[in-house]
Amino acid sequence: MIRETYLNALIMALLLGIPLWAHVAGQPFTITLATKVAILGLAGVGLNIALGLGGMVSLGHAVFFGIGGYAMGILAHHAQTYTPLMEAPLLIEGTKFMPAIWLVAVVVSAVVALAIGALSLRTGGVYFIMITLAFGQMFYYFAISWPAYGGEDGLSIYVRNEFPGLNTLVPIQFFAIAFVALSLGLILSHLIARSRFGLALGAARQNSERVQTVGLDPMRVKLVAFVISGAITGLAGALFADLNRFVAPTMFSWHLSGELIIFIILGGIGRLFGPVVGAGLFILLEHFLGGLSEYWLIYVGAILLGVVLFARGGLIGALSGREVAHD
Amino acid sequence: MTEPILRTESITKYFGAVKASQDVSLELRPGEIHALIGPNGAGKSTLIKQIAGNLTPDAGRIWFDGRDVTRLGTVARARAGLGRTFQISSLAMEYTVLQNVVLGALGRDGGVMRFLLPAMKDKALVAEAEAALDRVGLIDLKSTRTADLSHGQRRQLEVAVALTLRPKAFLMDEPMAGLGAGGSKRLTGFLDTLRAEAPILLVEHDMDAVFALADRISVLVYGEVIATGTAAEIRANRDVRTAYLGEDA
Ligand SMILES: Nc1ncnc2c1ncn2[C@@H]1O[C@H](COP(=O)(O)OP(=O)(O)OP(=O)(O)O)[C@@H](O)[C@H]1O
Ligand SMILES: [Mg+2]
Repeated sequence: MIRETYLNALIMALLLGIPLWAHVAGQPFTITLATKVAILGLAGVGLNIALGLGGMVSLGHAVFFGIGGYAMGILAHHAQTYTPLMEAPLLIEGTKFMPAIWLVAVVVSAVVALAIGALSLRTGGVYFIMITLAFGQMFYYFAISWPAYGGEDGLSIYVRNEFPGLNTLVPIQFFAIAFVALSLGLILSHLIARSRFGLALGAARQNSERVQTVGLDPMRVKLVAFVISGAITGLAGALFADLNRFVAPTMFSWHLSGELIIFIILGGIGRLFGPVVGAGLFILLEHFLGGLSEYWLIYVGAILLGVVLFARGGLIGALSGREVAHD
Repeated sequence: MTEPILRTESITKYFGAVKASQDVSLELRPGEIHALIGPNGAGKSTLIKQIAGNLTPDAGRIWFDGRDVTRLGTVARARAGLGRTFQISSLAMEYTVLQNVVLGALGRDGGVMRFLLPAMKDKALVAEAEAALDRVGLIDLKSTRTADLSHGQRRQLEVAVALTLRPKAFLMDEPMAGLGAGGSKRLTGFLDTLRAEAPILLVEHDMDAVFALADRISVLVYGEVIATGTAAEIRANRDVRTAYLGEDA
């Protein structure tokens, strides 16, 4: 059994070491896989704040992932076609500048999360799951039916967006961006979990009556958590679109929302590094089993079943020997 | 006479055909312990829930600290200064004892939108929480998971959380239940001193505690207050003896 902190350090070391080795060994595809793990892990870290800390089972987090993706796609599309997004009442032009894209992704995701959260949090349990799912489907079909940005076919961006001082087309450099983003997401998540806000959020997950009794509004706390959660997943969406230089309505699909939940369950609900481990395992399975059979998700299903039945703390829980997160 | 801090004005509440509160008018005055007794199902908890804001009365009004709070929710009433403990304890079961009490201190402080510094290292909050745990005699269990406490200890923990709110009035629904003789006695001694800080509306089945503590007692039967008075008056009251105390007299 390894202490969870050491386990987390090991995970980060692997996630950093493998692509560095691949860079030296000239294996760019491995770097791309690691980048994918970092980005999807970040999306999961976002969801984990709502689901793991706040107990909000959102089956609609693809909304934020997709918004991040389309923020990148739309801004870069206008920049590469030299057409402004809007001329009146004020001129808004596209951009290839990553930090600006990220800012838009985060802000729009947060605003949409505020609206979705405010409506969905009126309900609980299975209704919350269904409402968030319904929002996901609305965005998905809206993206399909929006011809200006590729409709069903999506949008291709020819050249990866720019970050000052880096050549983002070099895989290891783009990986570095994703890795730093993931690290910041993890640090934020770690701080939030232990903060005053996190204490109230965890209590709201366990017993909202208790939170009300001490004069705090559990719905407000959950809503803020949902907004933070959506914003982080939105940032991951923008990075993911940049990784693929492509965005399509599938980023909004409920499969993706489901995958994010699977990452968290595989890794361990409420565990800081749960989503990273879960995303890593998922992508490894996709890579190795996906080549053998197009039905590789059967194996993911079997593993998921095993985790749910025998290792409730997920992989992190099994390896660190602690069933329960949060102390 | 001093103004009551809490007053219910002809509260009525039905659950279908069940009369849970029938024209209930009660007062809680500064410095007093007002005990609410009555047989099982008399409507004591229902009354507490209406005062705390979990249930809305069908008719009647509730005044607290000089204002009409009938339409306020539980959060607003807690913020207004109502500290409450539950008959069936309601705590964050995965948290440690200390975390639950720090949550109370945080509720009192109100600064919940802080995301960066660790709550359990916040000296002011932790000091407040530990002082409250010390007062109820749970300080040695501060690192225990709440789920691992006995029922009696959970009651004491709820009292500690209520203390951190520094409320203007306490609502306590059977705080002695599950404590055992020694624990009951200690809590009785503690509540005796607590009334000087804030008055207590005390629902309790432990008659020794009630008669030892209560400045006034109200007897609730089938949702109706059949008598209010001092311990001596209640003991002497014939209606009460037949309706309720008669059971053990
Ligand atoms: N939510 C509810 N829905 C329907 N009936 C209820 C509800 N809550 C309480 N009752 C009924 O109202 C009556 C009063 O219940 P209440 O819990 O207030 O009694 P109590 O005096 O606290 O009893 P005890 O001493 O057993 O705690 C009972 O007949 C109970 O069955
Ligand atoms: Mg009761």
